[in-house]
Amino acid sequence: MAVIPRALMALLVAALLMLTGTAGADDLHHFDDPALQARYDGLTASLRCPKCQNQAIGDSGSPIAGDMRTYVARALRRGDSDEDIRQAMVDRFGDYVLYRPRLEWRTIALWAGPGVVVLLGVAAIAALIRSRRLERAQALNSDERQRLETLLSRHERSNHQDRSQQ
Amino acid sequence: MKKRYWLFVPLLIFVVLAVLLWQGLGRDPSSRESALLEKPFPAFSLTTLEDPDKKVDASLLEGQVTLINVWGEWCPTCKREMPQLLALKARGVHLVGVDYKDTRDRGRAFLNEFGNPFALTVFDPEGSLGFDLGVYGAPESFIVDAQGNIRYHHTGYITPEDVEGVILPEIQRWQ
Repeated sequence: MAVIPRALMALLVAALLMLTGTAGADDLHHFDDPALQARYDGLTASLRCPKCQNQAIGDSGSPIAGDMRTYVARALRRGDSDEDIRQAMVDRFGDYVLYRPRLEWRTIALWAGPGVVVLLGVAAIAALIRSRRLERAQALNSDERQRLETLLSRHERSNHQDRSQQ
Repeated sequence: MKKRYWLFVPLLIFVVLAVLLWQGLGRDPSSRESALLEKPFPAFSLTTLEDPDKKVDASLLEGQVTLINVWGEWCPTCKREMPQLLALKARGVHLVGVDYKDTRDRGRAFLNEFGNPFALTVFDPEGSLGFDLGVYGAPESFIVDAQGNIRYHHTGYITPEDVEGVILPEIQRWQ
């Protein structure tokens, strides 16, 4: 009973070894120069696979991600800058492929928008408070003020009379 | 009492934002605008599916409005799309195919089995033209005007409704 699973196991292990073997033998995507390798790793981690929504091309098994990795590897070998490579991807697949979008007018509007809204809100509240205060200060018109004065003077007079009666 | 209509401004902003975001929720996240719209069709030099000795390039698209369809024998949706492409051909549309990441034999067998709506099929075994077109899955279709500029990009399957509703009007528009 144990013989067949063991044989299967051996086969599996052999298959796995072959898989890793072929991956290691992939010359195009492996660089001897550690600086190039780091750029390759950085680019494939920061470019988004257009087919699979939430994977970088470095993580994705989809065919288009493979083509994009190949493009990145070839472009690095012929000396393109990171920006050239990113631009080439954007030209083909749109801004969508950039995990870190660039600073453009529409991204500025997107990122600064909430801050602007908060500032507008603060300004609106400040204006509201100020106008309330002014309203309170100017709440009495001239008639009302005159009436208040007469009332106050009458009150003072009655106080005076009270005191004199004691 | 002072008029305080402006107190409704935040509500108004909220409603506008809510409608906008709601629409965003309903959109298919896998479809998006092509980066190549309004740009010239990418340069290429490839053979045709029919003749391995005949090289063609982007100049073949000049002079008339063309629907370019990127397909492959390996792509099941492409099979379902063929009747629509044949219908478009019957309506007088000039179609050019791109056999994408395929072998010549399989590509030819596909056209024999499902019919050939294309005036010509560009053979793109490495997917290099597809890559330059920003194709990330087949089928995809492009409408190119008589000057060779990309005017419309259809990602995915052209449904029978799309023939009359989307593709023909777009072809008309760029005549």
